[in-house]
Amino acid sequence: MRSKPDSSGPVFRAEGVTKVYRTGAVAVHALRGVDMTLSEGEMVVLLGASGSGKSTLMNILGALDTPTEGRVFFRDRDLTRASDRQLTAFRRDHVGFVFQFYNLVPSLTARENVALVTEIARNPMTPEEALERAGLPNRMDHFPAELSGGEQQRVAIARAIAKRPEVLLCDEPTGALDSKTGVQVLEALAQVNADMGTATVLITHNADIQRIADRVVVLADGRVIRDEVNTEKIAPAQVSW
Amino acid sequence: MKVLDRKLLRDLRRIWAQTLAIALVLGCGIMLLVAAQATQRTLMATKTAYYDRHLFADVFAPVSRAPGAVAGELAAIDGVAQAEGRIGFYAVLDVEDMAEPAMGRVVSLPRDVAGMLNRPLLRRGRMPDPDNPDEVLINEPFGRSNGLEPGSRFHGILGGQLRELVVAGWALSPEFIYTVGPGALMPDDRRFGIVWMNETAAASAQNMSGAVNEITLRLSRGADARAVRSAVDQFTARYGGTGAYGRDRHPSHAFLDGELQQLGALATYMPPIFLLVAAFLVNMVLTRLIALERTQIGLMKAVGYTTGEIATHYLKLAGLIGVAGVVLGSIVGWWLTDGMLFIYQEFFGFPFLVRDTGTGPMALAAVLGLATALLGGARAVWSSVRLNPAEAMSPPAPPRFSRGRADRFISWLALRQTSMMILRSIIRWPGRAAITLFGVSASVGVLVASYFLFDALEVMTDSVFTQSNRQHLTLTLGDSAPEIAVTDALTLPGVMQAEGGYAVPVRLIHGHRDRLSALQGHYPGATLHRLVDDDSRPVELPPQGLVLPEMLARTLEARPGDMIAVELMSPPREVLDLPLVAVIQQGLGQEAHIAAPALFEAMRMAPRVTHIHLLADPAQMDALYAEVKRTPALAGLSDWAEVRRQFDDNVSENLLMMVTIYTIIGVLIAIGVVYNAARIQLSERSYELASLRVLGFSRREVGYVLVGEMMLLTVLAIPLGWVLGTWFAEGMTEALSTDMVYIPFAISRRTYALAAIAVFLAALVSVLLVRRRLDRVDLALALKARE
Repeated sequence: MRSKPDSSGPVFRAEGVTKVYRTGAVAVHALRGVDMTLSEGEMVVLLGASGSGKSTLMNILGALDTPTEGRVFFRDRDLTRASDRQLTAFRRDHVGFVFQFYNLVPSLTARENVALVTEIARNPMTPEEALERAGLPNRMDHFPAELSGGEQQRVAIARAIAKRPEVLLCDEPTGALDSKTGVQVLEALAQVNADMGTATVLITHNADIQRIADRVVVLADGRVIRDEVNTEKIAPAQVSW
Repeated sequence: MKVLDRKLLRDLRRIWAQTLAIALVLGCGIMLLVAAQATQRTLMATKTAYYDRHLFADVFAPVSRAPGAVAGELAAIDGVAQAEGRIGFYAVLDVEDMAEPAMGRVVSLPRDVAGMLNRPLLRRGRMPDPDNPDEVLINEPFGRSNGLEPGSRFHGILGGQLRELVVAGWALSPEFIYTVGPGALMPDDRRFGIVWMNETAAASAQNMSGAVNEITLRLSRGADARAVRSAVDQFTARYGGTGAYGRDRHPSHAFLDGELQQLGALATYMPPIFLLVAAFLVNMVLTRLIALERTQIGLMKAVGYTTGEIATHYLKLAGLIGVAGVVLGSIVGWWLTDGMLFIYQEFFGFPFLVRDTGTGPMALAAVLGLATALLGGARAVWSSVRLNPAEAMSPPAPPRFSRGRADRFISWLALRQTSMMILRSIIRWPGRAAITLFGVSASVGVLVASYFLFDALEVMTDSVFTQSNRQHLTLTLGDSAPEIAVTDALTLPGVMQAEGGYAVPVRLIHGHRDRLSALQGHYPGATLHRLVDDDSRPVELPPQGLVLPEMLARTLEARPGDMIAVELMSPPREVLDLPLVAVIQQGLGQEAHIAAPALFEAMRMAPRVTHIHLLADPAQMDALYAEVKRTPALAGLSDWAEVRRQFDDNVSENLLMMVTIYTIIGVLIAIGVVYNAARIQLSERSYELASLRVLGFSRREVGYVLVGEMMLLTVLAIPLGWVLGTWFAEGMTEALSTDMVYIPFAISRRTYALAAIAVFLAALVSVLLVRRRLDRVDLALALKARE
C-alpha cells in the first residue's frame, strides 16, 4: 500500500466536503463545501476561530470521521467510499495524530505509549528513536502523570511519527501549553517535517503560528475563506505568543 | 508482553477492589458448583463401587418362613442372577454401662461368606468361627460408640432367651450405610447396631432351622426389575411374603440416594443465581470502565487499532475477572469438597472413597464462569467500541434529563435538591438501578431461602415432638399382641399412662397404581401419639374408611370416595377394600391411617397392638429400662427425649454449617453489587459531587447523595428479595424433599426480617467504604477533569 511519495500529486484532496451534525432537532453545519489539497512534504497551518470547522476537517482528512457530502482522496484512493476496515488500515499505515490534550493512555509509560503504535505499524522506528526525535530522550519510563504538559505532547508527537507516517495531523498541539513549551513542541514538529518529509497539517487558532507554515488555510463558519502560500516562512524559535 | 496487555494488567490493578468483589460473587457460584458436583460424583462413584464389590442385592423379599431351598428356585426366575435366603430379626441388646436397652438387627451369616450377597467388609478383628454360636460381627459404628472391641462381650435377648455374645470383629456393609432402628428418626450408632451371626445360631434363636425369612436377589444386567418382583411375590405368597421391594425402598439406599439427590439439587439451583448476578456485575463495571476510557478507545482507533482488537482488549479484562472468579471458586470449592466428603464419609461410614478427580466439574465451572464474565462484558464492550473515533474522543454529551411524568411527580414532591439528584439519577439510568435492585434482592432471596430451613426445621420439630409424639417411650413389639398388653404395660415401673397403636405393612392399590406403605390403626381417644396435619391440628379420624396424606393420595391418583384395595402384607394377609374418606395435609407422613375399630372390624378380629406408647416417671427410668431389657416380646424401644436430642444434634449441626455458608454468600452478593454500584456512582459523579462541595455543601450532605441512592435502592430491593426468597424456598422444598425426608414450606417473619437486616447492613458498610473515598476527592482536580 505504501508507495514512493509522488512529488507531483497531492497527498490529500478534499472536494466539496460538507459535515452536518444532528443532535436531536438541531442540525449544526460544521463544514459547508470545503475544497482543499495537501502536497507532499508540505506544512500547512489551518487557521480559524473556535467552531470554524478546522477540527472537523482534520478528523475527516484523518478518517476519524466521515463527511456528510463531498469526497476526500488520499493520493488516488477515495476515503469516502472506504469501509471501516479500510479506514482503520489507512490510519494504521499512513497517518499520525497529535491532539491538543495529548490523549496518552495514563496507565502506560512514555515508551509504552509509543509502543502502542509501533506494535501494529508496518515499518516503525523504535519507540526510543521516536522519543529522541520528539526531543524526549530522558524520560521514557515515566507515566503521563509524571510528565509536564510539554513533555506529554512530545510523547504524543513521538507516538505519531513512530510509524513513519506520510501525513501528520496536529490538532491544536500547543493549545494547552505555555508559549515556551509550545515553541519546543513546534520545533519538534518542524524538525520531523524537515527530516522525514512528512506532510503536516497543523490546526491552530493562534495566528502567530501561521508564520512557520508553507501554506496557510483560513476557515470561517465551515468555509475556506483564504488559502495562500506563506512566502516569509520562519523557524519556530522565532515565534512567540 | 504486548503494550495493550500491560495496560490491561495495570487497569486490573487499579480496579482491584471492584474486580475482587465481582470475582467473589462469581466464585461463590463456582464454589457451589464445584463442591456439590465433585462431592456428588465422588459419592456416586463410591456408592457404585461399594455396591458392586460387596454384591449389594437389587431385590429384597421378606417372608414369614420359607424352606432354605426356596432361594435356589427363585434363582431360576428369568432376570435373577443370584438369590440367597437368610434369617433377619430385631433383638433387644444389653450393653454394659448403658442403662437403656439397645436394639440390634440380626442378620444370618452363611458358612461360606465368599461370593455372598450383601457381603460384610471386615474392618477389625476376624470373621466369626462358624462353629461357635456365640461369636458375632457387629457394625463398626456400633462397636466404636460402645467400645465393643473384638473380644468384648454383650447380651441380647434372642428367641426369648438372654444370650451372651462375643464380638469377633467389626464390619461395614453396603446394606447398612444408613442405619435407623425401628421407630427411630435418625441413625443412633450407640443404641442401634447390626449383628451378623452364624446361620445356625440365628436359626436356633428364631426356631428357623432349615428355613429363612428373607430372600435377597441380584438381577442380571438388563433384567426387568418389576417383572422379577411380581414373579417373586407370586412365588413367596405361600410363604407369607410381605412384598418384594427394590433398592428404591431399601431404607439405607433410599436415604443415601435422597442425600445425593439433594446435593444434585444444590448443584443445579444455586449456582445459576450467582452466575447471573456476576454477569450483571461484570456488565455494570465494564460499561463504566469503558465509558471512562472513551477517549482512549477513540485514540486507539485513531492510531489504527481495529474494533476487533479493541473489543478483544476489553473482553480480556472480563475474561481475567472470570478467571479470577473461577480460580477462587475452584480452590475454595475443592477445599469445601474435601470437608464435605469428610463429613459424608464419617456420616455414612464409607470404608473407602472413590474420588472423582475427573476434570468434569472443574471444566464445567471454568466454562460457565468464563462464559458468565464474557457474556456480561460482551454487551458493554459491543455498545462502546462501535463509536467512531472522532466521536469517541470528544467529551460525551451531558446526560439528557428530560421532564417526564416521573420527573413531574418528583418535582411535585418538592424535596431537597440533593434528594432530587438521587431520584433523577435512578430515573435517568433505570437499567443500572435495575441491576443494583436485582442483585440486592437476589442476596435477600438467598438469605431468606437459607434461613427458611430453620423455620422448616421448627415446624418439623414441633409437629414430630410436640404435637404428634408426646409420649416418653415407644415400645415396638416383635409380634402384634392382644390389646390387654397395654394394660400389662401399665404395671411396668414408673409407667403413668400407656396407649396402644397398630401398624401393618400394606400395599395400597388404586386402579393400576400401587404403593407399599404402612397402615396405622389409631385407637380412639389417644392423647400421646396423635395424627396431626401440617398446621399441627390433631386430625379427627372418621369412624370408617381410610385417610391418606395428600402426597400419597396423589401418587395413587385417588380422591375421597374412591375405593382403595389394601393388601395386608402380614398375617392374615388378605385384601381389604376400604373407601378413601379424607385426604389430609400432612407433609411429614407417607402412611395410611384408619380408626382402629374400623380396621379390626374389616379384618374380623379382636383389637391388637404392635406399639405401646408410654408416659413414665423420669425418676424411675432406670428401673423401667432394666425391666424392658428382660422383656423378650420387644423388638424396639424409642426414648423420645433421646430421639429429639439426636435429631437436634445431627440436623442443627449440619444446618448451621449450611446456613453459615449461605449467609456468607448472600452477604457477599450484596457487598459485590452495592460496592460496585457505589464506586461507579462515585467515578461518574465525582465532578458533580465535587461541585457541590465547592458550592458549600458539607461532606455529610454530599455523602448523602451517594449513600442515599444506594440505600434507597437497597430498601426498594428488600421486598423484592422477599418475594424472590419465597420463590427460592418453594423450589428448595421441592428439590430437597425426598421419599425419606420432607421439608415443610413455612417462612417466619423472623426469617424475612433477618435477611433484610443482614443485607441492609452489608449494603450500608459497602457504600460507606466508598463514601470514604469521596472525602479524598481533590476538589480542584475533580473540577478540572475534562469529560
